[in-house]
Amino acid sequence: MNAVVLAQLGNDFFQKRTGAGCVQSQGFCPSWIADHINEYWGPLGEHVFLTLVSLAIGFGIAFTLAILAHKRRWLTGPITAVTGALYTIPSVAAFFLLLPITGRGNLTAIVALTTYTLLILFRNITTGLRNVPVDAVDAARGMGLTDNQILRQVELPLALPEILAGVRIAFTTTVGLATLAFFAGGGGLGEQIYSEKAGTGGIFFKSNVVVAGGLAILLAAVGDLIILAGQRIALPWRRVGNA
Amino acid sequence: MSLPCPDVAGRHSGFVDAFDLIFHHRESISGGVCVGGPGEIGHLALLHLEVSLVAVVIAVLIAVPVGLWLGHIRKGEFLAVSVSNVGRAVPSLALLAFFVAFLGVGFTNVTLVLTLLAIPPILTNTYVGTRQVEAETVAAARGVGLTEAQIVGQVELPLALPTIFAGIRTSAVAVVATATIAPLANVQSLGTPILEPQTYGDAGQLAAAIVVALITLAVDAGLGMAQRAVTPRGLKVGTHAPERRRRFSLGTPAKTETT
Repeated sequence: MNAVVLAQLGNDFFQKRTGAGCVQSQGFCPSWIADHINEYWGPLGEHVFLTLVSLAIGFGIAFTLAILAHKRRWLTGPITAVTGALYTIPSVAAFFLLLPITGRGNLTAIVALTTYTLLILFRNITTGLRNVPVDAVDAARGMGLTDNQILRQVELPLALPEILAGVRIAFTTTVGLATLAFFAGGGGLGEQIYSEKAGTGGIFFKSNVVVAGGLAILLAAVGDLIILAGQRIALPWRRVGNA
Repeated sequence: MSLPCPDVAGRHSGFVDAFDLIFHHRESISGGVCVGGPGEIGHLALLHLEVSLVAVVIAVLIAVPVGLWLGHIRKGEFLAVSVSNVGRAVPSLALLAFFVAFLGVGFTNVTLVLTLLAIPPILTNTYVGTRQVEAETVAAARGVGLTEAQIVGQVELPLALPTIFAGIRTSAVAVVATATIAPLANVQSLGTPILEPQTYGDAGQLAAAIVVALITLAVDAGLGMAQRAVTPRGLKVGTHAPERRRRFSLGTPAKTETT
């Protein structure tokens, strides 16, 4: 008796996970995922593109601002305040606030995502530069290095761990915010999660949500590990005692 | 048959149109109903703040005691810090989508999602703030005969309060921002006009974006003031500089991530 019930349950379970019944009941269906996984590579590519471009531009701006603030200390406060206010504005709101100015598409998404990297990167670069031991700078000056040489050969290398920590935080944050870029017409994995138009069933379909959401989380984790690995290669002297 | 609100389609454009929708109701894009105006936008803003507040309060009730306890026994650094790192890697939209797909829509589930987003910064900051209290201070308190509970309540909590508030501030801003996508789970908020352009139009989307941005900035500024207000006088001596640095570094504990 029990065996029959169990067999029936097992059968239901199996059918639910494979056949059209699974898709109809919005279930988690491995066979559907296997058949449709190819539809996710495009959005994943868009997601990576949005994240990397925004991060690169953001780094360029934040780095310039941080060097400026390093030379003119009084600039740190105002720059932190402005980037902080930009950081506070919700990304969804930012996408729509930009639409009348930059129009639908990648540009709006990238402008908004870039502004969110600024505070994180600026803060970490300036902290890194500030934490360089005064003795190291004094020694370099005593050896006759110019201010620019000190910056490039002493301060920046010593600030690198803090800078790369900022890049890691900015990367994972941007991957997360880029899931909302579809509001601005920027595509990405968020489009798959939310949109019925993407043809993958939208937010109520478990299989779709697991794949699209899972890819976003995986992207954040993998990118984070790659930067961490890069940090270990770039900073061989820090490996000792840090492992 | 005419509605009590005007049909203003195409009269203005861009930001002017958006402000017009905030201050005056009008006929919806699809017709037949009135949308916008201070009444409806205000109502949506209240719903938005309601779900956000509930989530932040629950997160505080969970994260502050746990963080205080871990900080007091000076254990669990890995948990308290990595919860923030993991939290940052999970996109809010993905988290909401998981809840909608697997647990369904509704106020409870949205509140759960927002609470989960709010816990990591508060937990990490409470832990770090408690942990930062010097061991000598705690030893002195113990020496004058305070019980462990008194040490937590009268020494560690007050000294950690500015840092805890910095975490609450980070969480509150994130929660208010994320409540914008609550309508995906059938919970009305200021995201409603954003997600229903067929009713509210471009002006509705932009209007809601403006109001959400202003509310977030207000919440951030308000909690910033609260943070200064709860800072014990002893910690205010000297400049505000250390406090500022703390606010900006603890949401994202930079030191622990340089390893």
